[in-house]
Amino acid sequence: MAKILLEMKNITKTFPGVKALDNVNFQVEEGEIHALVGENGAGKSTLMNVLSGIYPYGTYEGDIIYDGKVCQFHNIKDSEKLGIVIIHQELALVPEMTIGENMYLGNERGHKLAIDWNTTYSEADKYLRMVGLSESSKTQVKDIGTGKQQLVEIAKALAKQARLLILDEPTSSLNEEDSRALLDLMLGFKKQGMTMIIISHKLNEVAYVADKITVVRDGATIETIDNRGPEPVSEERIIKGMVGREMTNRFPKREGVTVGDIQLEVDNWTVHHPLYPERKVVDNVSMYVRKGEVVGIYGLMGAGRTELAMSIFGQTYGVNISGTMKIDGKEVKIKKGADDAIRHKIAYVTEDRKGNGLVLSQSIKVNTSLAHLDAISNHMVIDGDKEYAVAEEYREKLKTKTPSVEQLVGNLSGGNQQKVLLAKWMFAEPDIMLLDEPTRGIDVGAKYEIYCIINDLAAAGKCVVMISSELPEVLGMSDRIYIMNEGKFVGEMKASEATQENIMALILQSGRGD
Amino acid sequence: MEATKNQSSFGKKLIKIITRNPIVFLLLIAAIVVGCMVDNFFSWGNLTNLLSNTAIRFLIALGVSGCLITKGTDLSAGRQVGFAAVIAGIMCQRGDYNGRLWKFLPEMNIGLVFIIVVAFGLVWGLINGFIVTKLHVPPFIATLGTQTIIYGISLVISDAQPIGGFQKIYTTLINGRIGDVKGFHLPYLLFVAAVFGIVFWFIYNKMRFGKYMYAIGGNDVAAEVSGVNTTRTLMRIYTTAGIMYAIAGYLLAAKSGGASASMGQGYELEAIAGCTIGGVSTTGGIGTVPGILIGVLVFELLKIILQFLGVNPYYNYVVQGLVIVLAVSLDIRKYIAKK
Repeated sequence: MAKILLEMKNITKTFPGVKALDNVNFQVEEGEIHALVGENGAGKSTLMNVLSGIYPYGTYEGDIIYDGKVCQFHNIKDSEKLGIVIIHQELALVPEMTIGENMYLGNERGHKLAIDWNTTYSEADKYLRMVGLSESSKTQVKDIGTGKQQLVEIAKALAKQARLLILDEPTSSLNEEDSRALLDLMLGFKKQGMTMIIISHKLNEVAYVADKITVVRDGATIETIDNRGPEPVSEERIIKGMVGREMTNRFPKREGVTVGDIQLEVDNWTVHHPLYPERKVVDNVSMYVRKGEVVGIYGLMGAGRTELAMSIFGQTYGVNISGTMKIDGKEVKIKKGADDAIRHKIAYVTEDRKGNGLVLSQSIKVNTSLAHLDAISNHMVIDGDKEYAVAEEYREKLKTKTPSVEQLVGNLSGGNQQKVLLAKWMFAEPDIMLLDEPTRGIDVGAKYEIYCIINDLAAAGKCVVMISSELPEVLGMSDRIYIMNEGKFVGEMKASEATQENIMALILQSGRGD
Repeated sequence: MEATKNQSSFGKKLIKIITRNPIVFLLLIAAIVVGCMVDNFFSWGNLTNLLSNTAIRFLIALGVSGCLITKGTDLSAGRQVGFAAVIAGIMCQRGDYNGRLWKFLPEMNIGLVFIIVVAFGLVWGLINGFIVTKLHVPPFIATLGTQTIIYGISLVISDAQPIGGFQKIYTTLINGRIGDVKGFHLPYLLFVAAVFGIVFWFIYNKMRFGKYMYAIGGNDVAAEVSGVNTTRTLMRIYTTAGIMYAIAGYLLAAKSGGASASMGQGYELEAIAGCTIGGVSTTGGIGTVPGILIGVLVFELLKIILQFLGVNPYYNYVVQGLVIVLAVSLDIRKYIAKK
């Protein structure tokens, strides 16, 4: 048996009122890739924060044994000195600074007083090549894409002489191609003897890359699954550990829904980029959605899906929009602005719930009625009782877990935030719902509940457009699927005919124009 | 062929520079127009005047720039300048001057006074930094509060009286100048400003402290998880700012030959305006020392243009205000475009 590089023994961490970690034991062998999986709030990130010294020694119970020695980390610098480097989920880069400046931020090269920029940039370039980037380290971070930024994060960790690399959701903002490249890079590092811990929600990736998978649930480590056999562990096997029960079906069946007439029809829809008006972001797209139908739009990130939905939703994205839109067979011209789209009974549920979906500093109550205040107001005055009643109604309907609707949205978990966001748009009583990545960054259990809500919407005769980059979700939830690539629709399929293979083949055939 | 290509790329570059700094070029054109219309505008004396006015304001702008780059602000700058001027003025009064405020003091060495004044500036800066970083009061409100406090203390100390009767060495040293070519002099103040300009350039470009400042302004979470001690960095920024205001106040009292509690009023807004015109972004993380210098210079140029045009001085405020709003709205446009 290989040497144990890291052992976390009987770790208990309490926050006021909550036991976040309860007697956790966790072992990592040298040279392996060890995955930590679990639902949101299960305690994965807390465990890693204990390990990296963000929660300093003394604020938790238990021992960290690293490389045979008991360690007491008081801050990030202490753990980094021993080569434990964590790459956070949210990209931690300063966009206005160069790659080199970012990589050595807090870890500068050169004299005590003056930074040696020549050494900085030449060393930075060296590490960039190691992660397969050909950019100069003098490039500003804002000028490279998200996929490359994630690689810069890894180069930054390597520059700190990492021995144990912790990656927290490294692929959450990457498309499939970039994700795969990143995972292969990890496998390459493993060959060179690096030890890694990866936290991920994407179970297919975990099964692909990890040697061992430890499942965390309710602040405790439940089991460690060995994934070194010839066949990768099945996702169902991992999910069983995560939710504590067998999930026979990840996608609820939609029953008794009759698909009606065409409600939304868009023809020859073309949208130009607001900054570069000569560039077509959506190129001659035609689509329709029937009442009670769930239509999936699948495409890689940057295919133009969000831009398509937002341009339909009151031209909230893009310039020089051309094409026709019909609702219930009649051509409509929606004026620029979300308010006119809402009047036409269209709702767009954003992919970015924290950024432009919810007011995090306000309560569930306020957020729920924000898009449809008319319904709870007498003339100009908001009726507080109605406001409360509406929020309560949707809390019950969507099973939002919260002590009360007065709770601030910022304090909720991702899944519950998503429910509040859906509640807000459902209350606006739309006929057409454009859902953009409705399950991004939320755990398996909450996903299932969101799927149930989507089914209920379809059953109520709404037409639902679901944009997603998760292929299984698109296949499992849609009646019909449009496949989008580089601004164009490259295919349309019934869900019954679609498979992962033929959808990916369509995208590859359409060419990525590199 | 090659030459024309170079030329066109030079032209493109020039257009880019102009569109990125429209205010600067508008005012330069205005200066040329005014210079052609009005006599004596292009005179050596006027240039000296412009440069020495710019020098002190540049020091204040350097001080406040760190606060702006980290998405903060410092409204107490002007009052801190006033406080430093009052303290420096009182302690630099002649021993045999009848109106001496603190008669118990012997005639002080002006170098010692300088050190005392700077020490006070450091204390004010520490207080601002403490309120911002430890009490987590937003910088706007924190410094709004301290500026009122500082003004009150200045009034108490000076008894709301103007302070004069400075030692000769104090005023002559600081108003000293070298050379006299057709009325053009190099005031010592210019050298002081140049030295600080170089020091700040070094800090902002070569030192960790400077990089940490840009990092906090660009993405404070990223700075934090990269191991940057943001509290300490912000503390240092506000303290450095306090020291710069103190130096400016010390120089300003001598330059004016007198001091009072109301001295420096509104300088914080001029400094912020100068920084913004010079490309310090209100959204944080951006700003350079040469830019700040140009911004302050251009703002002073604007004042002189208005003066030479014989505009009613009350209208000066209107025009200055418009320029500030214009500068920030153009700056914000760059930011919106990026989104």
